[in-house]
Amino acid sequence: MAPVVDTLRLTAEEGIGLVERREISPAELHAAYLEAIAARDPELHCFLRTTAPGDGSSIPVALKDVISTKGVETTAGSKILSGYTPIFDATVAERCKSAGLTLLGKTNTDEFAMGSSTENSAWGPSRNPWDPSRVPGGSGGGSAAAVTAGLAPWALGSDTGGSIKQPSALCGNVGLRPTYGSVSRYGIVAFASSLDQIGPVAKTTRDVALLYSVIAGRDRRDSTTAELPEPVRVPEADSLAGVRIGLPVELNEAEGIEPGVKDAVSRAIALAEDLGAEVEECSLPRSVRYGLPCYYLIAPAEASSNLARYDGVRYGSRSDGDGYREMVERTRDDGFGDEPKRRIMLGTYALSAGYYDAFYGQAQKVRTLIIREHREALERFDVLACPTSPTVAFPLGERADDPLAMYAADLLTIPSCLAGLPGLSIPVGLSEGLPVGLQVIGPQFGENRLFEVGHALEQAIGFDTVPTRLR
Amino acid sequence: MSISRDEVLHVARLARLALTDEEVERITGELGAILDAVGVVAELDLSDVPPTSHPLDLVNVWDEDEPRPSLELDETFANTPARDGDHFRVPPTV
Repeated sequence: MAPVVDTLRLTAEEGIGLVERREISPAELHAAYLEAIAARDPELHCFLRTTAPGDGSSIPVALKDVISTKGVETTAGSKILSGYTPIFDATVAERCKSAGLTLLGKTNTDEFAMGSSTENSAWGPSRNPWDPSRVPGGSGGGSAAAVTAGLAPWALGSDTGGSIKQPSALCGNVGLRPTYGSVSRYGIVAFASSLDQIGPVAKTTRDVALLYSVIAGRDRRDSTTAELPEPVRVPEADSLAGVRIGLPVELNEAEGIEPGVKDAVSRAIALAEDLGAEVEECSLPRSVRYGLPCYYLIAPAEASSNLARYDGVRYGSRSDGDGYREMVERTRDDGFGDEPKRRIMLGTYALSAGYYDAFYGQAQKVRTLIIREHREALERFDVLACPTSPTVAFPLGERADDPLAMYAADLLTIPSCLAGLPGLSIPVGLSEGLPVGLQVIGPQFGENRLFEVGHALEQAIGFDTVPTRLR
Repeated sequence: MSISRDEVLHVARLARLALTDEEVERITGELGAILDAVGVVAELDLSDVPPTSHPLDLVNVWDEDEPRPSLELDETFANTPARDGDHFRVPPTV
């Protein structure tokens, strides 16, 4: 008989240990997670669908519903892809399979990964395991909430402007947005191709590093991927001696950062100093004022192009229309929800004749400035640190009717995304009983350094990832 | 900045979206507010700054030209709303 597994506390590393020592079979462990899902997911709605144990030799993994899974419906949270069943696996799904991981299920997401709360999912919102009246963040709220609620040992998300880091912060776990180009985007439902990245979510930095090592590296099917310059190292040290941490004032003093968030982040930085880090203020003068505007021109522009493929012909839903054009226009109006429509309209406008130079062209130049100022700061510092999200998890419905308020949730995650840099969010404490995340940003392919910082701080802080109400 | 109803209808046509009257009205207001917010990028004089389309310095990748199996027809049509033999069926285009 299988041992009783407490999925709320079990880390992926511990789960792998149990399987390797044959204390539990992969199928039994998979079943334990399905039981946890049956018990807690009716309330939280992290999963859009679950899958039976396969023939994997290791532990399960949950994948965000933007990741194509052969034979398993993949909707990207959109009605227009209802019933779409991929005929191939995304590279990351294939690499998980090759590593022996079994697919546990597909997690909820804002439609086409556009949102910061999962409220834009066509299939209904997910809820925060710390307080179900609040959002889990987004777009990868399903993956982040599932890990926190013990419904998956780890998960993959996708991050365009903060969709891994922000939900991890709001749900109190560890999330990595990798360096642009380090993980294949082949088989991912595309949102904004110069920004989209796949990355891991887990309870510990070590788990995140392990899962990153499974998915990272060049893929011949994605020509924007690069070979990693060094192997992934799972962190061990609990010292930060000699690590230079820069605190960009604009990202740490931005308008709208809650005092409780600021306090928790300050305490974590003080701890980093105790562990030997050298901490100093620095500046990213344009990243906050211009980062969000730059992102909300570039990402919708790319989205308007990527989402042109949903025309009711080769896949996806189709609505009736008298001619071809009417069929396409009705299919898209019926199939897309409000947020994708808003972004398609914004992006099409920014790319249209007469506005291209003033909006899209100008935003691409702003992006160059943001890359430059990050590069300059990272010549002086090993990593940069700031809050991941200006606020703790907000109540469902609070921002749903105000696009600009929702967009502001990603104020602090967006600049480094535009710069193509890796960022790790780790939980550093609670404010008003809800988790606060610290964002650590590194140079391109600097993931190993982020893992060292994350792991050392995690050990020193001792944050309990199990929500108070579930303990 | 404001955007007119006619501009919204023009953009919707470019984007192949048959917006309802209610949507046109709502999006006209929302786009105006969003364009105001993102319009601050115009403050900067960037005449000497090159644009970025991609954050990694990558060069072209050449791959061996090896024949590999392609998709079976049944796989290709597996998700289409309307198959007609070996064709995707669509309403008349003209």
